[in-house]
Order: sequence, then structure tokens, then C-alpha cells
Amino acid sequence: MAAAKEIRTQIGSIKNTQKITSAMEMVAASKMRKAQERMWASQPYAKQIRKVVGHIAKANPEYRHPYTLEREVERVGYIVVSSDRGLAGGLNVNLFKTLVREAKGWRDKGAEIDFVAIGAKAGTFFRNHGGNLLAAKSGLGESPEPKDLIGSVKVMLDAFDEGTLDRIYVVYNEFVNTMSQKPVARQLVPLVTSDEGGDESADEEQNRPDNWDYLYEPDAQDLLDKLLKRYVEAQVYQAVVENAACEQAARMIAMKNATDNAGDLIDDLQLVYNKARQAAITQEISEIVSGAAAV
Amino acid sequence: MANSFQCEIVSAERSIFSGEIRQIVAAGTMGDLGIMPGHAPLLTELKPGPLRILGEDGEESIYYVDGGFIEVQPTLVSVLADSAMRARDLDEAEAEAARQDAQKSINEQKSDLDYTRAAAELAEAVAKLRTLDQLRRMSGKR
Repeated sequence: MAAAKEIRTQIGSIKNTQKITSAMEMVAASKMRKAQERMWASQPYAKQIRKVVGHIAKANPEYRHPYTLEREVERVGYIVVSSDRGLAGGLNVNLFKTLVREAKGWRDKGAEIDFVAIGAKAGTFFRNHGGNLLAAKSGLGESPEPKDLIGSVKVMLDAFDEGTLDRIYVVYNEFVNTMSQKPVARQLVPLVTSDEGGDESADEEQNRPDNWDYLYEPDAQDLLDKLLKRYVEAQVYQAVVENAACEQAARMIAMKNATDNAGDLIDDLQLVYNKARQAAITQEISEIVSGAAAV
Repeated sequence: MANSFQCEIVSAERSIFSGEIRQIVAAGTMGDLGIMPGHAPLLTELKPGPLRILGEDGEESIYYVDGGFIEVQPTLVSVLADSAMRARDLDEAEAEAARQDAQKSINEQKSDLDYTRAAAELAEAVAKLRTLDQLRRMSGKR
């Protein structure tokens, strides 16, 4: 019966693990709902500011802000948005893979790369694998606020203003749906004019002369500087909340899989246990019978 | 000429207002500005203060913004607020208390950092009170 007892202990320990993973699954599910709401809630602002910046790019301003000008790329900055905690399946690994691929592309072109890590996992990644880290921020918790990110974003933008960085990207997981998250790298500065916001009437664009410009109050330089900084902050904030929703979704799926796997394992072990028990009983009976026959 | 235009008010946390309106009055850094349909493209910064909207049906409503930006296009106005709320959600007692607190810390004036923060808080509290004042006058009119 020694083997049977061992199997029983193992089943017990797997059952305990299963309890933990299923509890984590439920916690992640409820957190995901909240994280998703936060993500939807912050989207209007991000979308609207993207629209405004799109208009600015289309306008014909007397003053060209450095953020709107392309320059030769010698140094690239990446803001890497990761989660603070693990046990979220391949979420962070996939993100880092994308990052490494992107970074390699730039290195092949002879550009240097700097990083800003948001989230504990990105910090650990750069500590282990090297990489020039300009700033790191972790422990944002479940409801990150825009002001928590200003510091790390400012480091990047300052570097851009000084001319040390020529291009800045943000890397994060895009929330496709609960089942899938896609790591993406978005260019922040110089600004890329997306087609978003193109929904507002094409006819209006047509009958408008090409050389219009805004009236700026107080003056273009100050205003664009502030607005574009805010734009970058909003984009990074959006990336962080989206990544948070991804984290919970990925964790939920990972924990669901773990719970299911534990169930399968228990079933298999139960079968082995039953067989071992039956074998022991059969052996005992045959021993008794043969003993009785000998008497 | 159309007599209304699309207006979007969003704050970092959520969308506050979206719809057709006839007029919007905002507190710009250079002074209050009223915007009617067909205004020239304009981009300016907002300071903390009230935002008055005249809806398509003539209904007037007041919002409070903590500062931000306003972008005017001939048929579209976007307000990008740092944070915004409906004026009637404002709490007068709280705003008054905040104003007094801020005034007090300005008078005591410990360090530069404290001073700037207190000054910002004061401006905010005063703006909130101004918004409430406007709201009260509006409802008194009716």
C-alpha cells in the first residue's frame, strides 16, 4: 500500500494547487472587468487628443514644433510597458520578444537604443539582459493615474528635446479581446499622423484651403509644447491602462488553463491510485486463498 | 449657415459631454472666450474655471474644468480637460474650505514648492466657487 499512499498525497497536493489557481482565476476575472472599464473610460480622451494632433499636423503652422519634424535616427528610445506581477502566461515574454526584434532592427541600422521600463517585470528584464535604462517605474497598482507616469515620460521627452534621442516608441500589449493580446510598438515622437479622426466629414476638408492655420493663444510655441507633451502622456497612459487590462485577461486565461490541467492530472492519478489499490487487494486475496489451500 | 456645431468634452478619465450645441463659453488663459458656430480655427489653453454650454434646444448647462486645452474647428469644438465635472456635482462647502486652506498655506509660506502648490490649489478652489456662483445665478434666473 506504500505506492497508493504516495499517490494519495500527490493528489492532495495537486488539489491544493488547483484551489489556488481557480481562486486566482476568479480574482483575475473580476479585476479584468474593472481594468477593462478603466480602459474604455480613458479612450475618449486619447482619441480626441489624437484627433486634435492630427488637425495640427494637417494645418500649415507658422511654427514647426520639433515633435513634428523627422530627423535622422541615431538613437531610439523605447518606453516598455509591462506588468508588475507574473503568472500571466506569455504576456510579458511575448512583449519582450517583440521589443528585442524591434531593437535588433534598429541596431542593424546602426542606431543606439535607450529604454524606460514601466512595470516591475520590464525592470527585471533589463537588469538581467542589459540595455541602457534611463528610468524605471513600477508599483503602479490596479488604478494607475496619469500623474504617476509623468516622470518617466519626461525623461524621454527631455532626451528628445536635447537631441540625444531621435525617435520614441512605446511598447505594450494591445487588448484585442479577452482571449488574445497583441504586443505592439507605437511611434510617439516624431508624431505620426494616423488616419484616425478622418471620420469627420471629408467634404469639409475639401472645401478648405490648404494653408489654414490655427489662431494660437497665447503663442504657438508654448501652446504646442504643452499640448504635444500632454498628447504623449495621454498615449502612454492609454498604453498602461490597456496593458493592465491585458494583464488581468492573460492571467485569467493562464489560471483557467492551470486549473483545467490540474483537473486532468488528478483524474490520471486517481486512475493509477485505483489500479494500485485493486492490485493490492487482489494480491491479498490470492495470498489468503493459497494459504487456506495449503492448510 | 448652420447654427449649431458638434462639441466634445473629454477628461483624462472619461467622456463628459458630446453633442450639438449653439455656443460655448470657456475660461481661456488669456480671458474668457465665447465660441459660436463658424469660429476660425483656434487652439488655446484653459485655466481652471467654468465651461458654459448653450445646447441646441436652448438649454444652458455648466461644467467645471481643472484646466486643459480647447480646440476650435469650424464645425467641431474639442475640450481636452485635465479633469472635468458637472457643476452641480461640485460641493460648495468643500470648495470654500479648500480655498481657505490654500489661502492659509500661502500666508504661512514655508517653501517655494509649497507656495506654488498652494497657489495652484487656491486658483482651483476660486474657479470652483466661480462656477458655482454662475450656476446659482443661472438657476435664480429661471
